[in-house]
Amino acid sequence: MTIEHLDRGPLDKIELAAVIARDIPQGAYVNLGIGQPTLVADHLSEDAGVVLHTENGMLGMGRAAVGDEIDQDLINAGKIPVTEAPGAAYFHHADSFAMMRGGHLDVCVLGAFQVSQRGDLANWHTGEPGAIPAVGGAMDLATGARQVFVMMTLFAKDGTPKLVPECTYPLTGVGCVSRVYTDVGTFQIGRDGVLVLETYGVSLPALQERLAVPLG
Amino acid sequence: MTFVTTSADQAVAGIRDGSMVLIGGFGMAGMPVTLIDALIRQGAKDLTVVSNNAGNGYTGLAALLAKERVRKIICSYPRQIDSWVFNELYREKKIELEVVPQGTLAERMRAGGAGIGAFYCPTGVGTPLADGKEIRTIDGVDYVLELPIKGDVALVGAYLGDPRGNLVFRKTARNFGPVMATAASTTIAEVHGMLPLGGLDPEVIVTPGIYVDRILDLQRSPLEASEAVS
Repeated sequence: MTIEHLDRGPLDKIELAAVIARDIPQGAYVNLGIGQPTLVADHLSEDAGVVLHTENGMLGMGRAAVGDEIDQDLINAGKIPVTEAPGAAYFHHADSFAMMRGGHLDVCVLGAFQVSQRGDLANWHTGEPGAIPAVGGAMDLATGARQVFVMMTLFAKDGTPKLVPECTYPLTGVGCVSRVYTDVGTFQIGRDGVLVLETYGVSLPALQERLAVPLG
Repeated sequence: MTFVTTSADQAVAGIRDGSMVLIGGFGMAGMPVTLIDALIRQGAKDLTVVSNNAGNGYTGLAALLAKERVRKIICSYPRQIDSWVFNELYREKKIELEVVPQGTLAERMRAGGAGIGAFYCPTGVGTPLADGKEIRTIDGVDYVLELPIKGDVALVGAYLGDPRGNLVFRKTARNFGPVMATAASTTIAEVHGMLPLGGLDPEVIVTPGIYVDRILDLQRSPLEASEAVS
């Protein structure tokens, strides 16, 4: 059953981050991808006991470092100086990715160029001639995390949908996305297709009109 | 036996043209900048470099690339806001690039250092990075066969060492260092400082000296260094 929020406009990125944070289970081990997904951290309450993982070798990552706290040996995956939360642990890269692939990381939140109706993810490479491919930890996260949440706008700047029947960009992972959080709607991807959980500023029929993906 | 020196030039002596060089660091954290600068002076060329990134700004790995000593780079994330040197070389086709998912990159070196012939990894299945590789289904899950990476030389940045070659690292500067240290014929570590034999708590040693052939002692604030492990 879709909840339609018609008394408001689309979510801004701060509101979207808050919606995602609300859906992260208490005590979960979570990796927040580079860029907008890092905003989710601002909406996780301390009581929730969520432990943040950064793939460059740390569990218990704290907030961004300021002033005297800045230490170039303590950075996140986006190479931004961060702090230690109490109970933090450091480990090397092989361990860091083993904990992902091994199914120990509960949730990761990633940005995307496209997500397909089967949960295929494209977020690493536009495939354009001359573009330098750079994958980082995106494929490892997409494949390894138990749940992959995507945070994106539903439509590209030119208005084309990013939730699509088939990805046209090179894939990051196959059938790996479980939830898609966007400015105008949140979606659950499962065996039965795409289920719309909530819409923001748009009705379900109006949303369906703009997407080629059948919505349930 | 681990050879300890305060001379960066001694530390990198003998690195041959055509070597596979594993270079630690994630961005600048843990990057062995002093060893890389010495490698530039040493002059080895036609290198294959394995590192997470392809250099930042104009120092460290970027400086080595700028000298056109690197034939090929194997990395996960070459394109960054400050990877100007790499970007230009790549566009001019002066450097070959192999992009590897970050965890697969680490695991290939782990395998290399652990005597594993190859391994089946789920990462990258169904993506262009698995093109041409063997896929095998095990218990209903598809895996791609990945081969180990073994270096001729590893250059790693650690925090403290001892005369046995034991190393400890600092915060997220640990990153690829311990894995690379296992995966090369000759592992060379630069450390902020040295402690005497027995000075490092055996319980906290991250890289045992068996993996470390040479240490460059940067002799940075030894008092601070010894306080860090007490």
